[in-house]
Amino acid sequence: MKQSIITGASRGIGLAIAEELASKGSDVVLVSRSGCDAQAAAIAQKFGVRAKGFACDVADSLQVQESFKAAIDFLGGVDVLVNNAGITRDGLLLRMKDEDFDQVLAADLRSVFLCTRAVSRTMVSNRKGSIINITSINALRGQPGQANYAAAKAGIIGLTKSNAAEFASRGIRVNAVAPGFIDTEMTAALGVEVCEKYRAQIPLGKVGKPENVAKLVQFLASDDSDYITGQVIGVDGGLNI
Amino acid sequence: MTQEEILKKVTDVIVAKLEVKAEDVKPESEFGNDLGADSLDRVELVMALEDEFEVEILDSDAEKFLKVSDVVAFLEAKKNG
Repeated sequence: MKQSIITGASRGIGLAIAEELASKGSDVVLVSRSGCDAQAAAIAQKFGVRAKGFACDVADSLQVQESFKAAIDFLGGVDVLVNNAGITRDGLLLRMKDEDFDQVLAADLRSVFLCTRAVSRTMVSNRKGSIINITSINALRGQPGQANYAAAKAGIIGLTKSNAAEFASRGIRVNAVAPGFIDTEMTAALGVEVCEKYRAQIPLGKVGKPENVAKLVQFLASDDSDYITGQVIGVDGGLNI
Repeated sequence: MTQEEILKKVTDVIVAKLEVKAEDVKPESEFGNDLGADSLDRVELVMALEDEFEVEILDSDAEKFLKVSDVVAFLEAKKNG
């Protein structure tokens, strides 16, 4: 697997995934709303691969079509897509605004549909590809204050399984990765107290790192996992036991 | 384009996409029964035809493609109509 596109790649788990894939020799396209030219340049220099950043709102159909066309041209094809982009707009359902629900569904779920469709034609005609969707432990367990996020992430699981079944005959695998509590800006925003409460519940006794997720994604992207498709695999230190 | 030219081009696309022999592609050949196309093959075929003939083919039209001759008739109307 040599030509990878990663969404939400400017920081956190997405950036760690881009670095991990590049470290194994894959050319990479980093997609994010704000653009990530600096990150792409650093990856190119560090790992000696081709890397480019694209500024794109992955919930916007037209932007996805245009950016992905340019990305596939840059890479000369695409055999790995990592749908990692996601946002949170936490709040209790009693007071959740329509736009908080709709924005999270668009950014976290619709984006996976749009980006997958944008690579599907190339992958189907090449009879090869691996798509990895980043869902969440909260899709499996639910989480107070995250009805929107958990619904979107649970939607990703349905999308993953349907796409896996649809594309299997064309040599394309689709899997989902469900991170638990990982040390990123998204979880840091919850505050020290909440983080500590989580840590106390994790059987392995520590908060996860973006690299823990990236290594599983790398495995699923590679031919080492060529008999695995349609699965949801947790990286959570045992939090979902 | 003449009907013959369209049939020739459609046959080329079918041969490339469905990995069948040109002599097995006849106007009366059915995509499912005779040419072994599954649902994904049909979608791929329609996309290839759109590229090759520079036309847009709606899903509602594509659903009616049972035989090769259905495609040829559709494209003939689209290109010449």
